[in-house]
Amino acid sequence: MRITDSEVKALKLKANDIRQTIIRMLAAAGSGHTAGPLGMADIFAALYGHILKHNPKNPDWPERDRLFLSNGHIAPVRYAAMAHAGYFPVEECLTLRKFGSRLQGHPERERLPGLESTSGPLGSGISQAAGYAYAARMDGKDFRVYVATSDGEHDEGNSWEGAMFAAAKKLGNLTQIVDRNFIQIDGNTEDVMPLEPFGDKYRAFGWHVIDIDGNDIRQFVSACEEAKTVTDKPTLIHAITVPGKGIKSIEHDYLWHGKPPSKEEAVVFLQELSLAREELLKTK
Amino acid sequence: MHLREDVFSAKGGSASGGEGPTMAATRDGFGKGVVEAGRADARVVVLSADLAESTRADGFQKEFPKRFIEVGVAEQNMATVSAGMAIYGKIPFITSYATFSPGRNWEQIRTTIAINNVSVKICGMHAGLLTGPDGATHQALEDIALMRAMPNMIVISPCDAEEGRRATLAAAKSDKPVYLRFARDKTPVMTTPETPFEIGKAQVFWKSKNPKVAVCATGPLVHNALLAARELEEKGIGTIVVNVHTIKPLDKETIVSVAREAGSVVTVEEHQITGGLGGAVAELLARECPTPIEFVGVHDKFGQSGEPKELVEAYGLGVSHIVAAIKRASEKVPMR
Repeated sequence: MRITDSEVKALKLKANDIRQTIIRMLAAAGSGHTAGPLGMADIFAALYGHILKHNPKNPDWPERDRLFLSNGHIAPVRYAAMAHAGYFPVEECLTLRKFGSRLQGHPERERLPGLESTSGPLGSGISQAAGYAYAARMDGKDFRVYVATSDGEHDEGNSWEGAMFAAAKKLGNLTQIVDRNFIQIDGNTEDVMPLEPFGDKYRAFGWHVIDIDGNDIRQFVSACEEAKTVTDKPTLIHAITVPGKGIKSIEHDYLWHGKPPSKEEAVVFLQELSLAREELLKTK
Repeated sequence: MHLREDVFSAKGGSASGGEGPTMAATRDGFGKGVVEAGRADARVVVLSADLAESTRADGFQKEFPKRFIEVGVAEQNMATVSAGMAIYGKIPFITSYATFSPGRNWEQIRTTIAINNVSVKICGMHAGLLTGPDGATHQALEDIALMRAMPNMIVISPCDAEEGRRATLAAAKSDKPVYLRFARDKTPVMTTPETPFEIGKAQVFWKSKNPKVAVCATGPLVHNALLAARELEEKGIGTIVVNVHTIKPLDKETIVSVAREAGSVVTVEEHQITGGLGGAVAELLARECPTPIEFVGVHDKFGQSGEPKELVEAYGLGVSHIVAAIKRASEKVPMR
């Protein structure tokens, strides 16, 4: 599935919409994670806008591609992307983390259609997606299974158990997208618990690894297409992203991993994103 | 209640070569049951964490090799892979020792199986002191507490191999997460294929005239409770013995009813009293029908190596201990 310049531009605008919604929902919630969701907005815009076979009006459509989210704390980017794709009204995003909301602080499968699974406790997404992909292959299903993960959650042994399992079972229908943003709660990943050489570790584990700039939509789309051609191995899209992407003053700052913008900060951040949107509209 | 005729046989049991009651391990019942469940429903799959023979998953592996998934020594992975398979629509049975699953992988079970509310059956083998020589590390005495506190989870502790088979079949038909607790050692078989079995429905196995004590027992120690009941009936102390195979949801109606009728209660289990059957029964009776209770179980200690029978005696779970507990309970003044 080739992607045209105008499609890329539309996805960039969608990513900007998603970022603005993320800022609004986090400020309204008064708690939550900012850096990861902003960093993954381009990838989620592309997933829901171009990559996934899905139907927002029929979230349980049996032939849909499955997207598991392992690092559940970046739920705001998924909720915002789903809302902008038409799963539910964008204004519902402002109920994030509120009592009675379908948008739980960490996503719950039984509360919101279209989530596939419950997550938040780290390290369990690769295995769940791999189990799902294994079961789907048993029944000859041809949809793909995607799982979005974080780099920090690879401190968890369960992540690597899942990585071994997926390779051992040759799950060619599984694509993992890791958000390699080099930060976690207590600091930079290489200071807290070094993960490098991240991509090579996965190569050694038997995965097909594609290194990309995770904020470049064209590279991401191309990687997803390449992954479909590899049928005897799971694929890792090793996406180097900028945490906090779009808000210059917070980019790469691990202190923004787990805190929301204040109401005042949100006003400033939204102005920056609106300006970026104006600039985008001027491009061809 | 359709129990076997040789339940009390000291010698001369028909199917055991003349050496007492028929003996089989509850894990063997699982092995048979899961193969039958696999024949009945193609969605049933079995996952193993490098213990296929010991958990008796190997029978399923032989008959359904394509539905048997080896995950290696990785119980956290086994739980999470099974969650993915169950979300898809399979009915996974995950098999290991209870100290590892649901011990080591408790959080994975909580998040990806129980909160997801999917049909995974967690089969914990080597539960209790009957594990024997392997020692404390491999003798799960806390697993009921771990699983009983978890919303959405059903907890079943079969009393013998036949009930283990029936419980496995019933679990396969349930669309809920289920924890099944099995033991390593051979123990007396009390039930038959005709004995009624229903998840959540406790069974009265013994009832004397004018019972003074209701004995609520779970797992293979139900047999010791029956031996104690028979001994005491001969001495003029009547009892009711209830096989509480389902610890969650607890059969409130039956337990409150026998507690009311007898006036005092003894619980019997091969598990820590804290959080186990004793805890569950005490919580229920405190609310519904305050009743004097004696607890036969493990009192805040870990196990150790030894022969199963030796350990059962050393930890105060033998027939003589149950007899003593029933006597103590019978002497307590009812609270009403």
